[in-house]
Amino acid sequence: MTNHYIDLKNSDCILIMGSNAAENHPIAFKWIMRAKDRGAKIIHVDPRYTRTSARCDYHVPLRSGTDIAFLGGMIKHIIDNNLIQEEYVKYYTNASQIVSSGYDFKDGLFSGYNQEKRSYNKDTWTVEKDEKGIPVRDYTLENPRCVYQMLKKHYERYTLDQVSSITGVSKENLLKVYQEYGATGAKDKAGTECYALGWTHHTTGSQNIRTMSIIQLLLGNMGICGGGINALRGEPNVQGSTDHAILYNILPGYLKMPSGSIDTLQKYNDKYTSKSTDPQSANWYQNYPKYTVSFLKAMWGDKATAENEFGYSWLPKMDDGKHYSILHTIDSMYAGKIKGFFAYGSNIAVSSPNSTKVRKGLQKLKWLVNVNIFDNETASFWKAPGVDPKTVDTEVFLLPAAASMEKEGSQSNSGRWVQWRYKAANPPGDALSDGDITMRIIDALRDLYQKEGGACPEQLLNLKWDYKDAWGKFDVLKASKIINGHYTKDVTIEDPTGKAPKEVNLKGELVPTFAKLMADGSTSSGNWLMSGSFEQKGVNKMMKRGKEDPTGLGLFADWSYAWPLNRRIIYNRASCDLNGKPYNPKMKLLEWVGDKWVGDVADGPWPPLGDKEKGKYPFIMKADGVGAIFGAGMVEGPFPEHYEPLEGPLAKNPFSPQLVNPTITIFKSDLDKVANADEKFPYVCTTYSCTEHWCTGFTRWQPWLLEMMPEAYMEISEVLAQKLGIKNGEKVKVSSVRGEIPVVAMVTKRMKPFQVEGKTVHEVGIPFNYGWRWPDGAADASVNHLTPSVGCPNTFCPEYKAFMVNIRKA
Amino acid sequence: MKQELIKLIDLSRCTACRGCQVACKQWNEMPASKTNNFGSYQNPPDLQWNTWTLIRFQEIEDRGGNVKWLFRKDGCMHCTDAACIKVCPTEALYHTEFGSVALKAHKCIGCKACIPACPFGVPKMNTATNRISKCDLCYTRLLANQPPACVLSCPTGAITFGDRDAMLAKAHKRATELGGDASVYGDKFVDGTHVLYVLTEKAEVYEHLPTDPKMPLSIIVWKDILKPAGLITAGAVVAGAFLHYITHGPKTPEEETTCEGGKES
Amino acid sequence: MKITRRRFLSMSGAIGSGLALSSLGLDLTALKAHAAGLGKMDRIRTAKQTTTICCYCSVGCGLICSTDRLTGKIFNIEGDPDHPINEGSLCAKGAGLFGLTEVNSHRLRKVLYRAPKSDKWEEKDWNWTLQRIARLVKDTRDADFITKNDKGEVVNRLESIGHYGSSNIGNEECWTLSVACRAMGLVNIDHQARV
Repeated sequence: MTNHYIDLKNSDCILIMGSNAAENHPIAFKWIMRAKDRGAKIIHVDPRYTRTSARCDYHVPLRSGTDIAFLGGMIKHIIDNNLIQEEYVKYYTNASQIVSSGYDFKDGLFSGYNQEKRSYNKDTWTVEKDEKGIPVRDYTLENPRCVYQMLKKHYERYTLDQVSSITGVSKENLLKVYQEYGATGAKDKAGTECYALGWTHHTTGSQNIRTMSIIQLLLGNMGICGGGINALRGEPNVQGSTDHAILYNILPGYLKMPSGSIDTLQKYNDKYTSKSTDPQSANWYQNYPKYTVSFLKAMWGDKATAENEFGYSWLPKMDDGKHYSILHTIDSMYAGKIKGFFAYGSNIAVSSPNSTKVRKGLQKLKWLVNVNIFDNETASFWKAPGVDPKTVDTEVFLLPAAASMEKEGSQSNSGRWVQWRYKAANPPGDALSDGDITMRIIDALRDLYQKEGGACPEQLLNLKWDYKDAWGKFDVLKASKIINGHYTKDVTIEDPTGKAPKEVNLKGELVPTFAKLMADGSTSSGNWLMSGSFEQKGVNKMMKRGKEDPTGLGLFADWSYAWPLNRRIIYNRASCDLNGKPYNPKMKLLEWVGDKWVGDVADGPWPPLGDKEKGKYPFIMKADGVGAIFGAGMVEGPFPEHYEPLEGPLAKNPFSPQLVNPTITIFKSDLDKVANADEKFPYVCTTYSCTEHWCTGFTRWQPWLLEMMPEAYMEISEVLAQKLGIKNGEKVKVSSVRGEIPVVAMVTKRMKPFQVEGKTVHEVGIPFNYGWRWPDGAADASVNHLTPSVGCPNTFCPEYKAFMVNIRKA
Repeated sequence: MKQELIKLIDLSRCTACRGCQVACKQWNEMPASKTNNFGSYQNPPDLQWNTWTLIRFQEIEDRGGNVKWLFRKDGCMHCTDAACIKVCPTEALYHTEFGSVALKAHKCIGCKACIPACPFGVPKMNTATNRISKCDLCYTRLLANQPPACVLSCPTGAITFGDRDAMLAKAHKRATELGGDASVYGDKFVDGTHVLYVLTEKAEVYEHLPTDPKMPLSIIVWKDILKPAGLITAGAVVAGAFLHYITHGPKTPEEETTCEGGKES
Repeated sequence: MKITRRRFLSMSGAIGSGLALSSLGLDLTALKAHAAGLGKMDRIRTAKQTTTICCYCSVGCGLICSTDRLTGKIFNIEGDPDHPINEGSLCAKGAGLFGLTEVNSHRLRKVLYRAPKSDKWEEKDWNWTLQRIARLVKDTRDADFITKNDKGEVVNRLESIGHYGSSNIGNEECWTLSVACRAMGLVNIDHQARV
């Protein structure tokens, strides 16, 4: 989230699209209802009418996988009706920049496409720069090659008729949403967007979000109270686990994972350090080397020295262009290339797409370590229905873990609030915290390498691995301080003006903020974003429980710690005009008073942009300092374009000859079958969670929750049920080209057929929380038996939200 | 009476997150039953001895053909003129100082008289203990100045709690604000209930919600004629059975109880 | 004293519901017994109270756990009214957090091990388990470690071990896990952020 949960109350219009907030983030709805009480409009756009729809002003059903078409139509509406926040668009976005002449878009493809590699050469996705290297701008926005005009041109095709025909949304409903949301372009109005897996679970997932980001920039809704683009994330610490990069492509603090071609730290830093010659751009990522070196110092401790490039060579390196997401790992596993697998607090036999492939892959492992608080379908894969244990050679370890209230530590919510939780009781039996388990496994492994040597022992033995407390347990506070960072030697900082006294920092003291991190090895920080969360004088800011809210905006600056630097709303300088006065005086998030910002922790101390000498653009993490309407960072194009899901009901994309996202990776195993526009699988299916369950269903082990949602079901419209002769509550079988599962049919008025390209398209929905392992006698009803192994090319987040099925009576 | 308290359930604010349904079980330490999906989000299908509150899910189409999904938190209404108390031969059911209806379980003899008497179908039999089981509006929490578990759990302000007059005023204000078919339910019968609804639709639209709940006439007769004669504990079972006979005839109200007693079946 | 309590227990019907409960996996028998002797509110007044953050979605709601000072067991978890986000409220999953504690008989209490071709779990102690896992990791790593790729670039990685999870553990655990994976040379590293 760029904003945070309580801030939802400050909005004038909340578009819930790609989310079922009332069901999956019920407490978020507390704040959505507060906004509604203030008179805000609450709109739900979703294939299904859900508990969220029931409490919104209105619900707009949309065919799964057509969000870009829907939002592209909104961009067109905003431009055609001049609803933009003009000053904001001109000065705080790249709308005024001039797109390079080589850039083109034709027949659904952008310039630079390589059919064979299924990827783009992005050389033409650039903007013109002057002799100093600063982007050329046309503040009239009239230059036909300026981003604004190019955007207008790109979405010219997204007419009401066309969008309605593709999405299945009536023109009346489209207009209603466009007008309502477009009205938040007024300077004193805020519109926000809540999304979740409903947007990410598509082969166009990242671009779904980017389309909305463009809308938010056009309407001046980023960086303001009640605005922003807000991912309601699905797991308690998924923000933290992402920040700390349990991911193949990044290192903690969103530093890039190096590849073999970048053989020195110098080259690595050169490549990823953001460059700008514009004096008005803060270009925050120019500090990149400070964060890299501080991370390496935290990881390798004293072993990291300037001479050995702070241990850069010990980091594992990827191959250029190769990916290692779970989709790729499972593909390798199924191909027999993975021998061992660690699954912490996870259940890939249920959660990953194409479960049949996943489960066959698990059978090829030599060993599997699963850390969990309950058994699950992954740990017990060797005795799954249809599997003969005698044929499975895998050694399996199921390690008992502590539950969250049985251990201490911090966790980060989607609003970036890093909150502390305390230990209320010991875990049962032999169960240990995940931190303890990791510590002990690595301890045992280091012992072996110490004694026996082996392949590249430096990686393990040079690791700073000092997390034991006096009782031999994982010391959470110690880890927390390592993440915050230390001075690794005495550092004295002179005030350049000579006015202030010298700042003396002693070796071992905690670094007060990431602004103090250095690239020379004199500081360490496990994750620069968290630098400042722990004070040298002993205050753990994550534990803060101050309840004061002097602004009434719900910032609660004294409650927990929000990264970065306790900033509650990111890019908050964009809430003020060129002179630092808030666009909406009633929601005064920040204001330039005299020579400083007053309010939330500002995105940097510099004056507002109006100060031609020292002023800076508000989007400080971007090299050019402005919001990217033209976004060259994306894999599939600088402007989002509608493509059909990998499996959909249409044989042809009405917008272009390019049916599906041209840059998706197609896996080629014998189990990766696809059936697009195939009469054998005529119905669109989508998947989701419900309030009562969580993810792959470790809630199934909890009787109170299981009682409420005891078994897998499929929501189906009355029309389709009648057509197929299916009665409410009846057992049915649902199949895709990849598998079949039994579920209970829930015949409902809440699902309605769509009219798409002149024909009736039916959509059904199945929750993904179920599996055979529990409750006793449960059917093998994991809906991921049906889903395809394909993902968004930017993130490899799988397409769980749109694929094709058939239904028959059981 | 110490202080008459009312729980207000504003259905226009409920998201059916069922925090209340679980919070009730958590606080009152009640088990789950084994259930099946019968084609609805609702489960268990009805109130049970171990489910004192339940969100009922109901889909309707309004006159304009718009789908509405109605959520109603069902449970004890805590009547002022409470039939269950009137028929209870052992005074196991009683009014607390807050106006709520609570149960002294050790006094219950399992006569089941309260089951058919209640116009809302609230008291349920726990066959494992042979005693009645029902919501007591978290009596021990009220004594400690804590809101009932369901009230604390509610995220959206659909369930609020407070003094009778304040809650009545709030309910009527909200119903007026909502307009249309919205109304207040609970203040006009059985001398007023200590649970009020703000309904968004006409009362008759809601399943399992009596439009005109009242105490069965037979109970009034029985109470006036027989109860003054007094009942001693030893004779209570017989009296209870007799009471059941005169109010409902010889058929046993087994269907009204949750027979499983929490067993898996 | 003991007799009185037992007698009270059988009278209050706690055994019946306790048994029923354990048959579905949530054993509240001890709680009931305790509660029968002492009101729950009284127990809360004398309990150790700790705050926690919900372990389900990412809203970050606050809860209060009440732990019996004598037994060290949690006996009640409810919303934290002081928490600015949830203000005491909880959804179905949050309100049921207590069902995740030790009272849940399905909680794993021992290391379970399944040998190749075996059709059953065996209980193991931590010492054996850690030694065995370390041995398997080392053998795999030593056999498959890639010092240089096809282009001759130094890559120091291991592709034959994968790691997945978790976004349901604390930040300090995430960070150590993240660097531990890199220290083993892993590149197949992923977790629920991607689903």
